[in-house]
Amino acid sequence: MSDPAPLTTDHPGQAASATPPAPGRSRRLSDRGLAVAFISPALLLLLAMSVFPLLWALYLSFTDYSATRGGPAHFIWFENYTAILTSAQVHLRALTTLIYVFGAVTLQTVLGFAIAYLISRRTHGRGLLTTLFLVPMMLSPVVVGLFWRFMLDAQFGVINSMLGSLGLGQVEWLTRQRTALISLIVVDTWQWTPFIMLIALAGLTAVPKYLYEAASIDRASEWFRFRTITLPLVWPLLLIAVLFRAIEAFRLFDLVYILTSGGPGVSTETLSFHVYKVAFLGFNTGTASAYGILMVLIVIVLTQLYLRYLNKLKED
Amino acid sequence: MAVSVDEAVSTGPVRDHTPSARRFGGRGRFVLEVALLTVLAVVMLFPVLWMIETSIKENRDVYAIPAKFFDFKVTMDHFKDVFVASGGGRSTLSVSFLNSVVVAGVSTALATVLGVPAAWAYSRFAVKAKKDQLFFILSTRFMPPVVVVIPIFLMYRQVGLIDTQLGLILIYTAFNVPFTIWMMKGFVDEVPAEYEDAAMLDGYTRLQAFWRFTLPLLLPGIAATAVFALIFSWNEFVFATFLTSSDNVRTAPPAIAGLIGGTTVDWGLVAAASVVFALPVLVFAYLVRKHLVAGVTLGAVRR
Repeated sequence: MSDPAPLTTDHPGQAASATPPAPGRSRRLSDRGLAVAFISPALLLLLAMSVFPLLWALYLSFTDYSATRGGPAHFIWFENYTAILTSAQVHLRALTTLIYVFGAVTLQTVLGFAIAYLISRRTHGRGLLTTLFLVPMMLSPVVVGLFWRFMLDAQFGVINSMLGSLGLGQVEWLTRQRTALISLIVVDTWQWTPFIMLIALAGLTAVPKYLYEAASIDRASEWFRFRTITLPLVWPLLLIAVLFRAIEAFRLFDLVYILTSGGPGVSTETLSFHVYKVAFLGFNTGTASAYGILMVLIVIVLTQLYLRYLNKLKED
Repeated sequence: MAVSVDEAVSTGPVRDHTPSARRFGGRGRFVLEVALLTVLAVVMLFPVLWMIETSIKENRDVYAIPAKFFDFKVTMDHFKDVFVASGGGRSTLSVSFLNSVVVAGVSTALATVLGVPAAWAYSRFAVKAKKDQLFFILSTRFMPPVVVVIPIFLMYRQVGLIDTQLGLILIYTAFNVPFTIWMMKGFVDEVPAEYEDAAMLDGYTRLQAFWRFTLPLLLPGIAATAVFALIFSWNEFVFATFLTSSDNVRTAPPAIAGLIGGTTVDWGLVAAASVVFALPVLVFAYLVRKHLVAGVTLGAVRR
């Protein structure tokens, strides 16, 4: 497929020659050559660093290989998969992940959209406000996790200190089962509300002004305008942001690792954190690979959904 | 439609009152909205301000109960500790910052060199199954890092890339190339292909037309894209923590996370290190604020 390309690029004189058919022909050929030459390095890197590792993981997922024990890997076919899919531990982590993803993404969407709506109604200081609100999103999860860990500390944390001065009791944010998961959701919401806000704001500012003017001539109520103009026009873009956040939240590892390390007990262990434990603390590489492949399948389904939807939005 | 007519009719009789009532309601609402926005802004920014405050507090005040908001002694000791080791010389943290600069910088440069031409080719030429290829490229970026790191770890162990900067650079490049291609394709699409056609009529080859005419027009877009890639690599934690371990290779995120490993945690130092770490990101993000929507959605959404 690529063999004609080098031939033509080796003839620099051809493009400059005056005979009309030759440049046309060479151009088409060199175009194809150029496309291959420009695209293949990037694709090769992705094949080597993303596809090959996943294929390797796929192979390992059918074996009992362990990274520390070494020795040859024995094929055990679907044993790893059945073990994972029937494990009560995994079911528990799946539930935790579901609660976390659903809770965090819902909170972010509501808050983010509310902030965007409020900002879009301001005429002054919009740029400054947006910039200020976006700060949390740009921080590394490491910084965010560490800092909230400090603020949520039961003894000298500033949150409990403020609660104390309000006359409220102290809360063991990160060391109680129930509150730990809530804390995780809150911290993730704090970091990613700006993301939803940013996209919702892009949608809100794109709503044509004349629609609102027409509605106010009709004396449509505020709620009516919101429901029939704002929401339908912003919703497609907002859904993109929500799907994107859901995928990101599903993959999330670093914040859990820093903030709670899955604890107390296993109350904040999400699926990605559990994979890490199986792979790097339990050293069951085969099982962890099967676990990972299952997660990748979920991500692929979600990504397909996201991209299909994105494509539809772009074509409209 | 019907509802709007109903509304118009129902507000008819009280028409005289509505303007003033509406104006008053408008003002009350205005105050309420501004107040709400202020409260939300304070809540969102408080952790950042608290981090900055903690980084300049003396240790005594850091652990004060109740927390001290204003009356504390200002000290720069924590920032000194970030860069200078207790016995003099460079601290391990400052080494890790330097490593971060190298790893993020080189991987961004590589991703740009690989991604920009690919983006141009995808934008200009009829490539077979273009849409599928582009979707495949973006979906590699969505893989859970903690899953990808397992085979990458084994692979690197085989070829001796564990605990090397090259290993980190390669994986960061692979994670930034999809983003660069998607982001840059948008910028290339905005440059009319006619420019290149006109240049080719003047006798330039396609490659020369790209190099001399399109590329200069793409420079602002390339800069914005590179800044985002830089931020992604700079902030990355999962690969950095699993693929590197020694102090002279480790980047800043695992190094900062390592500060809380011991029995006592020097939160002042953690705060100062976090501020030093986050500051360049915020400056860079401010520079590319126009492209934030495209940047944070990996180039998928642009308005």
